[in-house]
Amino acid sequence: MASLRQPTLRLLASSNIRRVASPTIFNTTRSLATLAEGEVAQKKQPLIKKFSIYRWSPDEPTKKPQMQEYSLDLNECGPMVLDALIKIKNEMDPTLTFRRSCREGICGSCAMNIEGTNTLACLSRINRDASSTSRIYPLPHMYVVKDLVPDLTNFYKQYKSIQPYLQSKEPAPNGKEFLQSKEDRKKLDGLYECILCACCSTSCPSYWWNQEEYLGPAVLMQAYRWLADSRDGKSGQRKDMLDNSMSLYRCHTIMNCARTCPKGLNPGLAIAKIKMMMVQSA
Amino acid sequence: MSRHTGLQREVLSLYRSCLRAVYRKPIDSRTHFKSFVAREFRKHATEVDRKDFDTVEFLLRKGKRQLEVYGDPNIKRMTTAAG
Repeated sequence: MASLRQPTLRLLASSNIRRVASPTIFNTTRSLATLAEGEVAQKKQPLIKKFSIYRWSPDEPTKKPQMQEYSLDLNECGPMVLDALIKIKNEMDPTLTFRRSCREGICGSCAMNIEGTNTLACLSRINRDASSTSRIYPLPHMYVVKDLVPDLTNFYKQYKSIQPYLQSKEPAPNGKEFLQSKEDRKKLDGLYECILCACCSTSCPSYWWNQEEYLGPAVLMQAYRWLADSRDGKSGQRKDMLDNSMSLYRCHTIMNCARTCPKGLNPGLAIAKIKMMMVQSA
Repeated sequence: MSRHTGLQREVLSLYRSCLRAVYRKPIDSRTHFKSFVAREFRKHATEVDRKDFDTVEFLLRKGKRQLEVYGDPNIKRMTTAAG
């Protein structure tokens, strides 16, 4: 035991000599490797950044929504906005509420409005300019469940309404699976990657004003994903469902959707292609 | 001219549909459902200012959601804690 502890103590002593001014207390139970890392991190000046976050709780409905400020040392925090939110929730204010799951941009849970742009908190880097406050809101024009959590019930209902699954009149020719050529598969690239985070739909002014009837870019892109699928046998019915003034034609090619998409997709283009299909089949 | 504003009419219509939902419940559990509905409305009527439109609208949405859940025919019984 003593021989094990020895090198730690020596390292401790030498690091103390180098940083006499720092009053930080060392955790002696740490292993050698983390101690050395911790030493490097502690040499940095603290970089205090302010976050201003939208707060509202359904438990006190008469209290108006307000912005709450939190200060964080960026040198002790991960690089992404989601890291900052998790740190605030863990260490400063456990009542702060937000959705998160995968922390790598594949689940779409942490969609929110960060510094004026709808994006995923886990894919957006913290702006390291400490002089500016980072403002975080829930997705715009959605009912708020609590703090940064929007009510996506209507969005999911719309997604369900386009029947997002393969529908075929006959069973597969070989009785097992529907085959597809490489070219046909390529048509789905840029469509199937959508994670339904609702960033695009909630950035669309048309969707803001006609949320009940207009399907919105995210759902329309999925509608096109099933229209473009060579294996799907119900494209006629799918087109008929969209053939009214509200569902599809409220898209006025504002293109906020393509600009905001955190996955770099282009829902506006997909909507244009649906419109083209509608014209060709008419 | 109507005696009520649009928002007030919406609240009254929600109250009516709640009462209608109560009468679709089994006869022996109706009193529980009815007192629950009445209590919820009374509570918010005293707590919330009638000109606090944001809050009234939020409570309306919440009420509609609750009606959807409790109005389900599979829900047959409800007990409410007294007080």
